[in-house]
Amino acid sequence: MHLLSLLIWLPLFGSALVLAAGDQRPVLARWLALLLMLGALALCVPLYGGFDSSTAAMQFVEKMPWIEAFNIHYHLGVDGFSMPLVLLTCFFGVIVVVASWTSIQQRVAQYMAAFLLLQGLMVGVFVALDGMLFYIFFEAMLIPMFLIIGIWGGERRVYATLKFFLYTFFGSVFMLVGLIWLYLQSGSFDILAWHDFPLSLQAQKWLFMAFFIAFAVKVPMWPVHTWLPDAHVEAPTGGSVILAAIMLKIGGYGFLRFSLPITPDGSAALDWLIIALSLIAIVYIGLVALVQLDMKKLIAYSSIAHMGFATLGFFVVVSIVREAGVTDAANMGLTGGMVQMISHGFISGALFLCVGVLYDRTHSRQIRDYGGVAISMPWFATFAVLFFMANTGLPGTSGFVGEFFVILSSFAANFWYAALAALTLILSAGYSLYLVKRVFFGDIKNKAVAEMQDLNKREFAILGILALAVLLLGVWPNPLVELMQPSVEQLLSHIALSKVSGS
Amino acid sequence: MTYKADMNTDIFFILLLIPLAPLFGAVLAGLFGRQLGRTGAHWLTILSVAVSFLLSLYVFKLIVFDGMAPINTSVYTWAVTGNLNIEIGFLIDSLTVVMMTVVTFVSLMVHIYTVGYMHDDPGYQRFFSYIALFTFAMLMLVMANNFLQLFFGWEAVGLVSYLLIGFWFKKESAIFANLKAFLVNRVGDIGFLIGIAAIMVSFDSLDYAEVFARAPQATAQTISIFPGVEWALLTFICICLFIGAMGKSAQAPLHVWLPDSMEGPTPISALIHAATMVTAGIFMVARMSPLFELSEAALSFVLVIGAITALFMGMVGLVQNDIKRVIAYSTLSQLGYMTVALGASAYSAAIFHLMTHAFFKALLFLAAGSVIIALHHRQDMREMGGLRKYTPITFATAWVGSLALMGVPLFSGFYSKDIIIEAVQLASRPGADFAYWCVLLGVVVTAMYSLRLLFLVFHGEARMEKSIQEHVHEPGWVVTVPLILLAIPSLLIGYIAIEPMLFGNFFGDAIYVAANHDVVAEIGEHFHGPLAMALHAFTTPVFWLVALGSSLAVAIWYWKPELAIWCRQRFSPLVLVLEKKYWFDEAYQAVFARGGSKLGYGLWRFGDVAVIDNLMVNGSAAVVGWFSNLLRYLQSGYLYHYAFAMIVGLIMLIFTYIILA
Repeated sequence: MHLLSLLIWLPLFGSALVLAAGDQRPVLARWLALLLMLGALALCVPLYGGFDSSTAAMQFVEKMPWIEAFNIHYHLGVDGFSMPLVLLTCFFGVIVVVASWTSIQQRVAQYMAAFLLLQGLMVGVFVALDGMLFYIFFEAMLIPMFLIIGIWGGERRVYATLKFFLYTFFGSVFMLVGLIWLYLQSGSFDILAWHDFPLSLQAQKWLFMAFFIAFAVKVPMWPVHTWLPDAHVEAPTGGSVILAAIMLKIGGYGFLRFSLPITPDGSAALDWLIIALSLIAIVYIGLVALVQLDMKKLIAYSSIAHMGFATLGFFVVVSIVREAGVTDAANMGLTGGMVQMISHGFISGALFLCVGVLYDRTHSRQIRDYGGVAISMPWFATFAVLFFMANTGLPGTSGFVGEFFVILSSFAANFWYAALAALTLILSAGYSLYLVKRVFFGDIKNKAVAEMQDLNKREFAILGILALAVLLLGVWPNPLVELMQPSVEQLLSHIALSKVSGS
Repeated sequence: MTYKADMNTDIFFILLLIPLAPLFGAVLAGLFGRQLGRTGAHWLTILSVAVSFLLSLYVFKLIVFDGMAPINTSVYTWAVTGNLNIEIGFLIDSLTVVMMTVVTFVSLMVHIYTVGYMHDDPGYQRFFSYIALFTFAMLMLVMANNFLQLFFGWEAVGLVSYLLIGFWFKKESAIFANLKAFLVNRVGDIGFLIGIAAIMVSFDSLDYAEVFARAPQATAQTISIFPGVEWALLTFICICLFIGAMGKSAQAPLHVWLPDSMEGPTPISALIHAATMVTAGIFMVARMSPLFELSEAALSFVLVIGAITALFMGMVGLVQNDIKRVIAYSTLSQLGYMTVALGASAYSAAIFHLMTHAFFKALLFLAAGSVIIALHHRQDMREMGGLRKYTPITFATAWVGSLALMGVPLFSGFYSKDIIIEAVQLASRPGADFAYWCVLLGVVVTAMYSLRLLFLVFHGEARMEKSIQEHVHEPGWVVTVPLILLAIPSLLIGYIAIEPMLFGNFFGDAIYVAANHDVVAEIGEHFHGPLAMALHAFTTPVFWLVALGSSLAVAIWYWKPELAIWCRQRFSPLVLVLEKKYWFDEAYQAVFARGGSKLGYGLWRFGDVAVIDNLMVNGSAAVVGWFSNLLRYLQSGYLYHYAFAMIVGLIMLIFTYIILA
């Protein structure tokens, strides 16, 4: 059974189907989209059930020639890194359709189709094992998101979409050069073959930089991050949710799939760069988040800071492994970075949904327009405070697990990495709870707030499910950690070996 | 600390039930508060905490009286990374059972009391849900057998404290205070987390037993934070852990959140900000005694910080007018005493004082709460006075609590505080002399602020408004019964417990003291029973210092109130320093709060907007635009100029590469 292909093509063909339903029949479009998303999620059940978490080998592999002239294959597979991300993608597909149920009234079919398209392409990115196939998914993914922001976005959507598109396009061009160069050297586009392909240090450094630019824009890392706050502010709620929960993870995933295994020596030579930028993201961006006036912007900046933990975790590992071998601390770095990505998916997705709940009621994202929301919407406030607490990395929520692992691992690399990263304890608490104080606490600020209705059943269900996920992952992260262990171990031993001597 | 493979499964379930019962109560009261109603919610949570208390007593009996071996057991695997198994589990020994019993007992009293105190509050069910949740979190903290769970409990009690300080979230001062409390605690948590990281990296484990077993081999290891400067690894670890304790147990200079936390309802001031949560830091250091004992330098640090807090925070209590804030500063000072005891390697004395303090300080807070209800939520002592006629039970119990706090012989606080002072006197590490003077002077200060409070509130003339005075009466039994139940241990527990707890082998392996540090054992050599100790007190300087402080207090606030005015004028600079609380708040506000937001604003407007966006992103777009305008003369079509720039860039990159290769 071609499960992975189904996961890609069901939503892709589905989007055509939804488009065919037409904008004149919004109800049909919604139900059809929901059905398709649920179908994709259902496909995850056999995928997860059939996944063997005792091996690092690729599973559910599909491989057939595609463009034989260039040795390009339609080659798919999942391992411990891509598996959780595929599950997360399919999960959020359902969430985002339900969340947009009433808030999108214009061009419903097109909207739903765009999200289906996006989902198929994102799954493709995570499961592609052929460099060219990966690149095509990676680029094609921009189009539906470009449309989502450009059509259903806010006032400055044109500026935001241009910025978003050009930034990411700019980055990926360098990756394309890198991929073509690798093909010319190795004669194939097989990513797994590249993992074992010997390269000189100089070549690795160039390749590393090419990949780095592409993925750093996606994550995004400082200083190529300024597209994200604009994109989030202008995007409709659903767009923000997918952007934060899934698309940012593609950058992190790229580092794991390309940079670390293909250019381990390049990574060892240039890891300081990523570590420095990650720490800047955590501290500098944390401070910037503190003074934001727009809730979405605040959460966008918070996302950048939190993704800094993922990249920090991935790259502190290199020096640990090269100096001390494959230790538990090194394992924690990679595991922590991955867990951080999954957890951030849930938390940032939930936070953008929370802003969406407020926006649907008052059409404002400005913090100063709120105050005392806990009085008019007690249930909503309960959920929101939980998610913001998770955002501060409170133990017992998923936000803690990744940060904890990454800080522990950073300490093994260098005290100062850990000390600077640990500043997030104050900064994240500062910007998250300062927002909570101004928006949720205090007396009712104005008439609009006083008239707000608490969550309806649909909103309650979405936030409730996300709350459960955040708590479960915090109280018992082992199922997730276990899933990725063989892949983590394999990558670690891979980083430990130099590729240079072979060339 | 041996794992008992044949451990009775009944015990396992009992241990599991102890924290889970309050959690269950909290979740139900929180989610289904409306369906349960007010009575349903309070019965449910009270019962759940009562279950927890009774089971804790049972486990106490098993460990202390039946001599059952300590239990170290795992509940479930939290995560496995590489070879590191991180498990959630319980370590139950004499130290744990003392904490469990104290926590659940005080919590139960506070639950009952809350029925009266929060009677008219619209957030009634929510309040019960929070305090039951707190009980769960605190139990997880004290029962932990590993650093992860310790940190979970540590942060979870912080969360509930945040929610409860801001319980009346309409009040601007309350939501300022809860944010401040959370952030200041987080400063300490950075140290704590770094300490845990150092432990994990150095000992490859987060399990107490394994870490303690490996620590003695690490005494010679060093760590280099600044190039060229080598610190002893264990000193580094212990100081980092202690910074965490400074946040949670409100030691100077991280004490600023505790006085403000009084914005929360009084029952939680008693439960969280006096009896239990703030003592978590003390408990933690005692739990970590096998580590701290290996670092003389860290213990000196602990000793000095504790001494500073004990004396200087107590002094601020002398000039406070809000009844709760006086008690809050007194709590800071008493936490300082406990910390001093830790620094003097008298861990058992610290836990002993923690226990007596839990009873008498909870009593004092609840008594203050009783006064506050009687006066319709007035807290300013200048508008009180003469309440002994109206609220006799509160009056009597407040006296019991205050005498215990002052350390009057035979009262519980006497035993615990006297031992601490003696221990410091015997301690020989750097800082011990300074600490000794601080704790001695602290005794005078304690007597003064305690009696000042009693005189201003219960004695003298009634100074409240006539309309209030007409309605003043003692609150109902739900308030007075907990007061009485807390007064009994405040009076007796010291007398009963001192001998078994300090001089028997009560703590066994739960607390480790190096033989040459064991000041408590040294005191024990001259100990001839609690009565003899009380009689002997009259010949010690401590007693006469209590007497001196009391006489001063009687003179100033009882006998000649005009003396108080004279003192204020005569010592006005000192009074100003105390009233401004040494300007800690102002300094932190200016440097961290305003400084942080200015820095953030600067980075945003200058770094992100001016440099990156305007100069680099939009600027390069403008340059490309200008450039392509030039090129447009050569081209006939409308090439999209950004894409053009990309291609140019791409070609340039390839060329550079070819040239360089």
